[in-house]
Amino acid sequence: MEIKLIGSSSPHIRSDETTQKLMLDVIIALIPALAASIYYFGYKAMILVLASVISAVATEYFCQKFMNRPITVTDLSAVVTGILLAFNLPAEAPWWIAVIGSVFAIGIVKQIFGGIGFNFLNPALGARAFLMASWPHHLSGGFIDPAIDAVTSATPLSIIKGAASGQLPSLWDMLIGNIPGVIGETSAILLLAGGIYLIYTGTIKWIIPAFYIGTVAAIALLFDAGNLSYHILGGGLMLGAFFMATDYATSPITDKGKVIYAVGAGMLTMFIRKMGGYPEGVSYSILLMNILTPMIDKYVKPRVFGVATGGKKNEK
Amino acid sequence: MSTKLFTFKGGIHPPQSKSFTQNVPIEDAPAPDIVVIPLSQHIGAPCDPLVAVGDKVKVGQKIGESKAFVSAPVHSSVSGTVKKIENRQVPGGAKVNCVIIESDGKYEVHESVQPKGKLEDLSKEDILSIIKEAGMAGMGGATFPTHVKLSPPKDKTIDTLLVNGSECEPYLTADHRIMLEKPDLVLLGTKAVMKALGVNKAYICIEDNKPDAIETLQQAVGNEEGIEVVSMIAKYPQGDEKRLINAVTGRVVPSGGLPMEVGCVVENVGTVATIGNVIKTGMPCIQRVVTVTGSAVENPKNLYVRIGTLFKDCIEMCGGYKEEPGKIISGGPMMGIAQYTDEVPVIKGTSGILVLNKKEANVPEHSNCILCGKCVEACPVYLMPYKIARFSLLRNFDGADEYHATDCIECGACSYVCPAKRPLKESISVAKKEILTRRKKAK
Repeated sequence: MEIKLIGSSSPHIRSDETTQKLMLDVIIALIPALAASIYYFGYKAMILVLASVISAVATEYFCQKFMNRPITVTDLSAVVTGILLAFNLPAEAPWWIAVIGSVFAIGIVKQIFGGIGFNFLNPALGARAFLMASWPHHLSGGFIDPAIDAVTSATPLSIIKGAASGQLPSLWDMLIGNIPGVIGETSAILLLAGGIYLIYTGTIKWIIPAFYIGTVAAIALLFDAGNLSYHILGGGLMLGAFFMATDYATSPITDKGKVIYAVGAGMLTMFIRKMGGYPEGVSYSILLMNILTPMIDKYVKPRVFGVATGGKKNEK
Repeated sequence: MSTKLFTFKGGIHPPQSKSFTQNVPIEDAPAPDIVVIPLSQHIGAPCDPLVAVGDKVKVGQKIGESKAFVSAPVHSSVSGTVKKIENRQVPGGAKVNCVIIESDGKYEVHESVQPKGKLEDLSKEDILSIIKEAGMAGMGGATFPTHVKLSPPKDKTIDTLLVNGSECEPYLTADHRIMLEKPDLVLLGTKAVMKALGVNKAYICIEDNKPDAIETLQQAVGNEEGIEVVSMIAKYPQGDEKRLINAVTGRVVPSGGLPMEVGCVVENVGTVATIGNVIKTGMPCIQRVVTVTGSAVENPKNLYVRIGTLFKDCIEMCGGYKEEPGKIISGGPMMGIAQYTDEVPVIKGTSGILVLNKKEANVPEHSNCILCGKCVEACPVYLMPYKIARFSLLRNFDGADEYHATDCIECGACSYVCPAKRPLKESISVAKKEILTRRKKAK
């Protein structure tokens, strides 16, 4: 029998996990919060998400076509970036803000540096920073308060900061998301549910969210105990800790590295909130820690089995 | 008896795929008309042929030997006539000198094959010489000559023997069946090796996915002094000797070192059972249990095969190909070697013949590394596979060396888990080879 055999190197079996499946899990995890944003902010939220996702995917496609790279839009990573970017916009932001943001996120932050895995910043957060610098009034102005259905600029954290006046919402509203804020950050409980799904499916590890939120909680407890729950439930901490800070390419690889990164992000977040110019600091603190990630990965490596074990050798 | 489950950090849980053959008793395979017996089936010096074309040989007759210490003699697995002595393709990938024997179908046993008597009457030296003369080499796949492993340098004190029955490779069930069906030989072999090493402690280590084997061996061992059956969590690569030592004894074999550095010797359970058989019957290492399995095999079986039987004959004995084969692997799917022909012989280290169909054999397209860190998580040596692979692809072998590429055990766990389907192990192997070659040159 004449047979033609494949002679590739071992291993000869592979897990059925793919980049696409991982990204799909992230999208699934974002769906409850997405539904909440549409519930609270209506068609405006839907338009922002659609504009953002479509332009993110299109930008990825055209960038790769133009650069003669394999087209990888089916890995769904651009969809994730699109949703996350839209989640970082206030409901009153015009649709073209979402489009420009997506083009920047995918074109500049991701594709120019080599595409997925090579970006040094979280694309959605990079784009948010860019938009914040370019159109600050669109980014920090038009929040809608779903409770009274009116435009306001008073998010819970800006009230705490004293940057805006208003009544602090109840904890229950903070939890379910019946508060003013960017469209994806408001429902802490649904973001938490999505985050737990990601940990359960092994898409992310628990370390970054736990240490990030833990650090914020610890500092709030020390310096602003009265507003502890607002610091934890508000300001997109849940969104940031579970969905943004855990971005593979821009967070450290090792467990120890992840702890350093998450604690750093937590400290920076509270530093910005308490002492900086912005009422909330999740996105900038993650961006800053993104930049530190290559350095953390350089110095925090796992100790190789049997190498420099010191006194632990021959232990019985 | 211990109920504690031992394990190690890292590793993966691939589908076990053992149901093809785990309940199929070992079947004695008839000798084929022609056997191809390589003169080098082990790590070390190849043997010189002791026979010439036209010679009549008998079962168990020594047909190849080397004067070097690190080598293992080879024996005829059939009686018949030497037809040719020439280079043939072997499962390791190379072409080596082979003795090709036409069987006369009589299986006449050579007069040198005599039972070795009671273990109590054998001295340490007797056992070592029996093992050496029988051509024993590690039958788990590494094929390191057993008598060399059992003769550590004077300055190394060995206190523990680990009999490796983990069989963590998916699909393979040969060791499982040996433990179930030949517990007496496993026990006899274990005691012989303990005596040869002069140790009082032996662990027979079995993964908890083989509860029947654990039970059988616990019964066989009974109250035997110093021998303990231990169960380990089924996880790949538990069967790697350094992982095994670490899991069971807590000792850490230093980087680049051998198990004897921490007072341990690890022997595959199939090797130990064969040593038991050598002592009991005197028959040298001319047969082994091979799991012939995979979705492209009609009736997957555990065959007791004569060394030198061609893969295609083994597959024929299992009803032939069920569908067009895509890949034929010598060994398991994680570390086995893909063959480009089915006309290679079973050697002492052939634990399995795995035939995957076209679909399973398909090599997935790889995409960008997304830095998910799953390879780092999976690596049982705690390396950073993605990093070493990246250095390797850039041909920056100093970088790969700095990240301890040479500590890689090539278990393939990193490639297995990679969601981007990157051939990480392959890249690391390239770097490892290059670094070792450079080191040799520098010397």
